[in-house]
Amino acid sequence: MNDWSKAVIFDRVSKSFGPKQVLRDVSFQVVAGEALCVLGRSGTGKSVTLKLIISLLKPDQGRIWVEQDEITRLKPHELSRVRRKMGFLFQDAALFDSLTLYENLALPMLRLTEKSREETDFAVDKVLRQVGLAADKAKMPSELSGGMRKRAGLARALVLEPRILLADEPSSGLDRITASEIDELMLEQKATHKTTLIIVTHDVHGARRVGDRVAVFDGGNLIALGTAAEVAESENEVARRLVSEQ
Amino acid sequence: MEPGLTNLFEFAGIVSRFGARAVADLFRRPFEGGQIVRQIAEAGWNSLPLVVASGFALGAVMTLHTRSTLVTFGAASLIPTVQALAFFVEIGPLVTGLLVAGRVGSGIGAVLANMRATEQIDGIESLSIDSFKFLVVPGILACVVVLPLLTLFMDFSGLLGGFLSEHAASRISFHLYIVRAFSDFGWSNFIPPTMKTAVFGFVIGTVSSYFGFTTNKGAQGVGQAATNSVVVSSLLIILTDVILIKGIFFVFPEGAL
Repeated sequence: MNDWSKAVIFDRVSKSFGPKQVLRDVSFQVVAGEALCVLGRSGTGKSVTLKLIISLLKPDQGRIWVEQDEITRLKPHELSRVRRKMGFLFQDAALFDSLTLYENLALPMLRLTEKSREETDFAVDKVLRQVGLAADKAKMPSELSGGMRKRAGLARALVLEPRILLADEPSSGLDRITASEIDELMLEQKATHKTTLIIVTHDVHGARRVGDRVAVFDGGNLIALGTAAEVAESENEVARRLVSEQ
Repeated sequence: MEPGLTNLFEFAGIVSRFGARAVADLFRRPFEGGQIVRQIAEAGWNSLPLVVASGFALGAVMTLHTRSTLVTFGAASLIPTVQALAFFVEIGPLVTGLLVAGRVGSGIGAVLANMRATEQIDGIESLSIDSFKFLVVPGILACVVVLPLLTLFMDFSGLLGGFLSEHAASRISFHLYIVRAFSDFGWSNFIPPTMKTAVFGFVIGTVSSYFGFTTNKGAQGVGQAATNSVVVSSLLIILTDVILIKGIFFVFPEGAL
């Protein structure tokens, strides 16, 4: 089970909220450096899967590894070390709305690294340039458009140079061009830093383009896992239809 | 035991544990200096106009009410003394506590609940930052620090309102008013009642943060957290006041005479 080439391992994970079971006995592995896109209808446990990986939620049953750490067994103070390996792009960016864009990005650097103010400025400017927001760093999150917020959320997720990037609906609410730009940024991150990508999305077109593999969830079950071509040939009709959608 | 009573004790236990965690985290690094200063400015500076205006109006109205009674009994000269004692001992601390519960408590509850609903708290956690220490602890500490300070502003603005009201009626000089106001005044009338508001601040900060931080009802939870913060904080302030007054009288028995 402890295969160090794996970035994330799910081993028979189940999760319920009250009477509603959102994940049932789910197992899968994500190889370091690959891009896995998670597809499925709304409410099938896709976002919960991401939150379980970064331990914002705890599973009811099963075990989860992030690289060599079994996060389901870690104590709260040990979680910090493992979370630093990951960046999380939230669906609505989840920027801290009382801080400027620059402060949102500088906050984790100043608190979690030994970098000086100058080094932090340099790193923040670099990642803001990467997402095309260098001129907007003094703006408050409320002053940013939907696409800019998403790019800002991506910048914050990348600022600590994570080895694993978790993205929850990175293209939701965006036009096709802006969604493609976000996809490009994530692909660039994968190519240049060998970052593992785990992307929850409804955008089949984007998933086919970005994902090395796709995982399809339905009713809390993982019903298909493989390349887009493999899933398109799957025996499961829901998986086939989801991946074949245009 | 009745289910309602069980729930009440359960709630008291959970909130107490929440407050105890905040106290323990206060002494753990990092000390969140920037957040604390930001919260003190928000809770203190922005509440100042409301507190001063309320104190001034309350002081003027109280003098208008007490004047007729005291004049009837030939005790008009006691008006400043009554005003000072009433404000410094009880009205100032209690009214400031209730005003801050309304303005700051609802704000803390609503802001934290909104942050929960918009995943900002999850966002902070995902950055390996302890969201409780980063958001809750500074808010509670700010309430503890600003309550006694705001109470002083409430006390003195009440005294000023009382003076202007009395001056309009009797042309009393400011010097004489102040001399009479503090003629029968000891430290026990000033320090314990003012410092007890730090406890009110802890109650407001803890209760409001609890409702905001633990909500999971999305946008609906924001309104609920704000309302619950004000209602429960206000009730607990009054209850705490009764307990603290008994304690103060025990330590400073001359105040009970």
